[in-house]
Amino acid sequence: MARKISILIVDDEESVRDSLYSWFIEDGYRVECAENARKALTIFESDHFDIVLADIKMPGMDGLEMLRRIKACKSDSIVIVMTAFATVDTAVKALKDGAFDYITKPFDPDDLTHLIRNATKQISLSDENEALKTKVITLENVEDLIGNSQAMKNVLSEVESVAQTNASVIITGESGTGKELVARAIHANSQRKFFPFVSVHCGALTESLLESELFGHEKGAFTGAMYNRKGRFEMADSGSIFLDEIATISNKMQVELLRVLESKTFIRVGGNKEIFSDFRVICATNKDLKSMVEKGDFREDLFYRLNVMNIHIPPLRERKSDIPLLVDYFIKKHCHSMNKPPVAIDPTALKRMQDFNFPGNIRELENMIERAIVVGDGKKISLKDLPLEKTIISNSAESLDDFEQAFILQILTKYAWNISRTARALKVDRVTLYNKIKKYDLKPTDQQ
Amino acid sequence: MNLSNINLISFGFFEKYFLEQLAEAVEREFTCTLKIKDGHIDLSEYYDPARRQYNGNKLLMHIDSLGTPPTDKSLGLFSVDLFIPILTFIFGQAYLGGRSGIASLYRFSNIHYGMPEDKQLILDRFKKEVTHELGHTFGLIHCHSLSCVMRSSTYVEDIDQKSQLLCSACRTALGME
Repeated sequence: MARKISILIVDDEESVRDSLYSWFIEDGYRVECAENARKALTIFESDHFDIVLADIKMPGMDGLEMLRRIKACKSDSIVIVMTAFATVDTAVKALKDGAFDYITKPFDPDDLTHLIRNATKQISLSDENEALKTKVITLENVEDLIGNSQAMKNVLSEVESVAQTNASVIITGESGTGKELVARAIHANSQRKFFPFVSVHCGALTESLLESELFGHEKGAFTGAMYNRKGRFEMADSGSIFLDEIATISNKMQVELLRVLESKTFIRVGGNKEIFSDFRVICATNKDLKSMVEKGDFREDLFYRLNVMNIHIPPLRERKSDIPLLVDYFIKKHCHSMNKPPVAIDPTALKRMQDFNFPGNIRELENMIERAIVVGDGKKISLKDLPLEKTIISNSAESLDDFEQAFILQILTKYAWNISRTARALKVDRVTLYNKIKKYDLKPTDQQ
Repeated sequence: MNLSNINLISFGFFEKYFLEQLAEAVEREFTCTLKIKDGHIDLSEYYDPARRQYNGNKLLMHIDSLGTPPTDKSLGLFSVDLFIPILTFIFGQAYLGGRSGIASLYRFSNIHYGMPEDKQLILDRFKKEVTHELGHTFGLIHCHSLSCVMRSSTYVEDIDQKSQLLCSACRTALGME
């Protein structure tokens, strides 16, 4: 329901104030009157008014000065000026100073009605715009960042505190943990939220392509550059740029990037004009950047420039309590996108998923659910619909030790860290199992 | 709604049939007792030579000074061109929730718009204006319903678009439904 519009009438003539008061009251507006600009400003400071209808010629402070003061304190106020001495100069001056419109006394009733109708239309649009913005913010906040575990709560709290700053952020975490979603959440909660969020996957581009992608290029800069092209830094002006897989960029690009981050200016490939862009950098990597710096594979100055804030997203195996929530979320998401009614999940299948290590993290879990919905019977996801057996050992295992460690952890998890049962299942004695646990520094996850 | 009388006070010449038709319409709409009275004032005192019109604010104040009991309503009927200082003209006006109002049929004549005279149209327009101003005295504000007589009208074609009747919401607001 539309709210009641409020109007403040400012005129030194009592008959004008009274007439307009009656006119607007009969139209259902909330109306107040002031006989001079000073009184009007006092009322305006303590109360909200959508529209101010002010005379220009008043003793003391005139309507134009009052208009400037109102605009300085609340720039989106709608001020309509009225005068009995219409000149083009005063009209232009008032409009230049931000007046919504200008009306000459006495008014035609129809002109006044139209003027107020136009003003209220603008107010409604502005209210609607605000409401939509709020809706967008709310949607951004909840989008895909699912989790109730302490680990995830910590991440969300870090996102909240980092978002309000302009500092560069590095998001670390294994592949598939949702680093881009966290970057989007930072952007969506920042003051830059109404400006672009530009994402660049550095690992997917060669050095020359990345250079052109980030800085843009001028027509003819290289073979095939038929038109001028804006770079991602330019596109991210006033917003945020997300550089995924930052650890993969070459030394040359690291130098270039450092220079851009320090000056916020750059030149398009093949161009000569310096371009300024106000962007915030959010990076992500699944590598240990610090050890890369120690090894000389990543520039230390760039690392410190980027690593003002760090958010680490734990792998899914360290927040297994979130699996049921995530499963439920992905079932709803994919059933909706496939236009199917939501399916249930067999408790045994869910239990097995919670026992599984998910080397591909949330991405793997999501793919697993999507596949199960496609191949399942359309009513319930059961164990046979899940490819758990085939990938039972982490596919990141690169050595026999890795394999042994993952396998022992998996069986320990399966038997809820019951040493005797695990030892029996592995066909080793308990001492051997204890030695292996010690050797690989195995610890129960938050589910045990 | 609790009142004893509505007084329609005519200033200037109005045909008897015209006033009877008007009274009947108002009486029917507000289900009240209605009296038609003759008013006597020197209109020249309310004339503004600069604007060549009659001051609606002063006329309304005059009607309000006639000593109408608080539960009654008095509406002055005129046939002259009315204005208020801030507007170029008015069809009528009333105190919102008060006891007095005024209405003029001057601008309801088609002659002012270069069209042939239509007495029935003048009567219909005047019925709507009188009902509208009386509605204000009962505390009704402008209504958004297209057909309601309480819809705001700033030119005669607006008046022709609406009906002579209060809409259901306005009747409910007056406690008539």
